[in-house]
Amino acid sequence: MRTAERTTDRALVRDVGAIGLAAFAVGLSFGAIAIASGLPGWAVITMSLIVFAGGSQFMAVGLVTAGNPIAAVFAGLLLNARHLPFGLAVADAVGTGWRRQLVGSHILIDESVAFTMAQSDPAGRRRAYWLTGGTLFVTWNVGTVLGVLLGGSVGDPDALGLDAAFPAGLIALLLPSLRERDTRNVALGGAALAVLTTPLLPAGLPVLLALGGLLLVWRR
Amino acid sequence: MLIAVIVALAVGTFGFRLAGVVLRDRLDLPAPLQRILPLAAAALLAALAGTAALTDSGGFAGVSRPLGVAVGAVLAWLKAPFVVVVVAAALTAALLRTLGVP
Repeated sequence: MRTAERTTDRALVRDVGAIGLAAFAVGLSFGAIAIASGLPGWAVITMSLIVFAGGSQFMAVGLVTAGNPIAAVFAGLLLNARHLPFGLAVADAVGTGWRRQLVGSHILIDESVAFTMAQSDPAGRRRAYWLTGGTLFVTWNVGTVLGVLLGGSVGDPDALGLDAAFPAGLIALLLPSLRERDTRNVALGGAALAVLTTPLLPAGLPVLLALGGLLLVWRR
Repeated sequence: MLIAVIVALAVGTFGFRLAGVVLRDRLDLPAPLQRILPLAAAALLAALAGTAALTDSGGFAGVSRPLGVAVGAVLAWLKAPFVVVVVAAALTAALLRTLGVP
């Protein structure tokens, strides 16, 4: 029992480490791109620390430098609205008590949710949530700081294929749960809805529309 | 102005996160809703994976990325270790790009 637990822990640490490394590299490029766009270093580092949501940060930098600060806030919030249903789904792993919930909520990101959902027992869910969120908070922010310092000498993460690593990791984490019929229908229906509406709707909305996949199991 | 944008985005994002966590903890959600929460999370994660794999700023993501993700997905299906899935997806996409594939 004890050995089995240690083995799964080691596997979890290794898997989270891989995603953490990818987040570090993307953080590096975020820092470098934001600096190259003309944002001051302190603002870029502050953004990574207090927003801690990569997609919305890249979008905000783009919209702010395009002279559209109001849109940067609204588009970023639309993109991050999914964190509310995510919070509902992983609240048990975050835990109880104000301090835990305040700190734990801040490290709620796609990856910490995906690793948590891939665990079945309560203790495993708690470990996966905090390990993933904590690790990525550190690597994302260290990456940002280094990117700010190194600036233009940082390469393009797409050249390393990191843009393919993130969805592949999500699929690997989701796959076991897709063996269950209801989950499979909802997930595939939702994903199809999101992909098909992406060219038509503002960023963030298609992913939220995926909740429409729930209609496929509404019958009871 | 810039700091206002950053703080507004941070406060709003944290608000979404905390609202979900606290609502679940403080409210007694009806059983049917509790039952669909894991399904809702699966739908959102699958949508993120799908859009991140196939689209880029509202358009098609090209060929290298979807192919890289596909290689990773097949390996995951074959129960390859997580690290192998992630690295193989990245390497495939990177390799295709050095060959000039979009």
